[in-house]
Amino acid sequence: MMNRREFLQILAAASAAGFALDSRTLLAAQGGEKLYDLPRFGNVSLLHFTDCHAQLMPIYFREPNVNLGIGGAQGKAPHLVGERLLKAFKVKPGSVEAHAFTHLDFAQAAKTYGKVGGFSHLATLIKRLRASRPGALLLDGGDTWQGSATALWSKGQDMVDAGKLLGVDIMTGHWEFTLGAERVKEIVEKDFAGKIEFLAQNVKTTDFGDPVFKPYVIRQMNGVPVAIIGQAFPYTPIANPRYMVPDWTMGIQDEEMQKVVTEARGKGAQIVVLLSHNGMDVDLKMASRVSGIDAILGGHTHDGVPAPSVVKNAGGRTLVMNSGSNGKFVSVLDFDVRGGKIQGFRYKLLPVFSNLLPADREMAAYIEKMRAPHQARLEEKLAVSEGLLYRRGSFNGSWDQLILDAMLEVKGAQIAFSPGFRWGTSILPGQAITFEHLLDQTAITYPYSTLTDMSGETIKMILEDVCDNLFNPDPYKQQGGDMVRVGGMSYACDPHAAIGSRIQDMRLDGKPIEANKTYKVAGWAPVAEGASGEPIWDVVSKWLRDKKVVTPRKLNEPKLLGVANNPGIA
Amino acid sequence: MDALRRTLLKGAGATGAIAAAMAAGVLKPSQVLAAEYNRAAFEAKDVAGALKNIGAGGATDNTGIVIKAPDIAENGAVVPVDVSSNIPNTVSLAVLVDKNPSPLSSAFDFANGALPEMALRLKMGQTSLVEVVAKTADGKFYKAKKEVKVTVGGCGG
Repeated sequence: MMNRREFLQILAAASAAGFALDSRTLLAAQGGEKLYDLPRFGNVSLLHFTDCHAQLMPIYFREPNVNLGIGGAQGKAPHLVGERLLKAFKVKPGSVEAHAFTHLDFAQAAKTYGKVGGFSHLATLIKRLRASRPGALLLDGGDTWQGSATALWSKGQDMVDAGKLLGVDIMTGHWEFTLGAERVKEIVEKDFAGKIEFLAQNVKTTDFGDPVFKPYVIRQMNGVPVAIIGQAFPYTPIANPRYMVPDWTMGIQDEEMQKVVTEARGKGAQIVVLLSHNGMDVDLKMASRVSGIDAILGGHTHDGVPAPSVVKNAGGRTLVMNSGSNGKFVSVLDFDVRGGKIQGFRYKLLPVFSNLLPADREMAAYIEKMRAPHQARLEEKLAVSEGLLYRRGSFNGSWDQLILDAMLEVKGAQIAFSPGFRWGTSILPGQAITFEHLLDQTAITYPYSTLTDMSGETIKMILEDVCDNLFNPDPYKQQGGDMVRVGGMSYACDPHAAIGSRIQDMRLDGKPIEANKTYKVAGWAPVAEGASGEPIWDVVSKWLRDKKVVTPRKLNEPKLLGVANNPGIA
Repeated sequence: MDALRRTLLKGAGATGAIAAAMAAGVLKPSQVLAAEYNRAAFEAKDVAGALKNIGAGGATDNTGIVIKAPDIAENGAVVPVDVSSNIPNTVSLAVLVDKNPSPLSSAFDFANGALPEMALRLKMGQTSLVEVVAKTADGKFYKAKKEVKVTVGGCGG
């Protein structure tokens, strides 16, 4: 094993010599080949991936250097970044895990270690884990049918078929619902029948409160009855267009969750696992209020957390995990259950390095065949990026800045807003931006771009509203997205303040934004029914083709107040 | 089963049951409740004024009042709020929304041992506290609160 200094020296040498190190050699030097040697433990095993956002191909994905936690969340997982994360979880700096879990040295380390995820590499890993863990269940936390060009063009069909081929046993959802209720029902009732269970205890009809999906299932695993409960993203009808699922109501529904847990226990379940799309902060609160859940395998907030958070509640304790995003990680949770009781557990969040896991032939063949008719359109090179492009971060990312800059110019706007989505892959310096990459950032069923006259007062109201969705001290009043990205104007933000007082010192060209004055504001992804406008990918691809070479973007981030020592900023 | 129930309800509408209910609704609340309608309380512009007018100015907090409402409203125009009271001998329940122009939304009396439970759909223009006041047979008042957040939406995950 080498230390961080030696590792960085090798990287620097490789970089100076103008070639990328062979990742196998480097990983071998670090013991990376042992990454996937995970001996079986106990008799109940759960494999979990979440928020893959339809990324069938290997990709780059940079973890955030800003993931601010406020109030009770400050300084705790998942609100730790960079060195603070490494220290908290005792991850060796400079190691392959350090690259997987943090943004540190990202561009250089990504060149060295190569891409992550990709369903054919994921399939190899899943097969290996299943071979060593007979009876293991594969859980998909949702946000699977959205996030790529091919998923959008096939209305999720490419991912539905990929999930079946991967051998997913159980899933829940969020962005799935933006395909519309009819399409979701069609997939669940036809494609998934007898193969994949789609569970959601918190999706009911608006009229009589009837369940839309099964709330839970009990499966026998090596003689142990295991209950899996599904929890869809509670705020889908608010964060995404209501008209997509007009007859469904969601919400967190603690009391209903407790009833389902109690019922499953009453039917003999010795292990109860919640497959959740709440987001990690909501999961942590729910774990403190609902008793009888052994583990929450969560998603939505895209947090790759190396170890579980252990939450005490009236019934004992609950393990809370979050398994990252974009096919970059697989959670392996093993329980030793004897005499109806948990004797012990092991947990590992495994990064999926495409270069270390040979492609599964069957999955690779499926993906190739599915992509073939779209290949030319997907691979069109729009421009070359000189800088690193990424999205994740509480306030902005360089990919979002690019989208904002494109909107400001193409639309002739003074101010631009781009939603705080957490999905979207990364581009390394010098890499070509293809149409597929652009769709990785924008592929939604309501892609309309808009240009609106807004008063300064309205702009302030919108920023305050979104900011409260991040920093409300009560996690149940957060929605799990990041702050709306803002172009053109500057502002300051005090996350500790109350709604109405967080957004301060809004300025355009150095002059204060006036409440009664009107400004031209560009945006995209409107949730209101009847919205229209040129798809955002047309706006941005026009701009990219025109630029040919995109210089490194200058991030427009708010001046942050009162967070100097927050371990959620690096 | 739910599909069947919907069909039955549609059938009921066609055969006149719902039509009859609608006809009953033609009567204005002020006419129906002419004797007991507390105009001053319903027209009060703030919570304190409404509470004072129903005689509940000194209501004490009580966890026996159960308010089931979303943490964030899916639609501020129709927020489902279910209210019940486990306080023995509850004879009336009033529901207030603090940020509404007229905070008192409804007040119900439960006579002859009727269970103090109700399901409402309330309109809220902004994030508000839903406050429920229960009155017991001995004339005492109790209260409980829950915040419901109303947001412009979008920009999620």
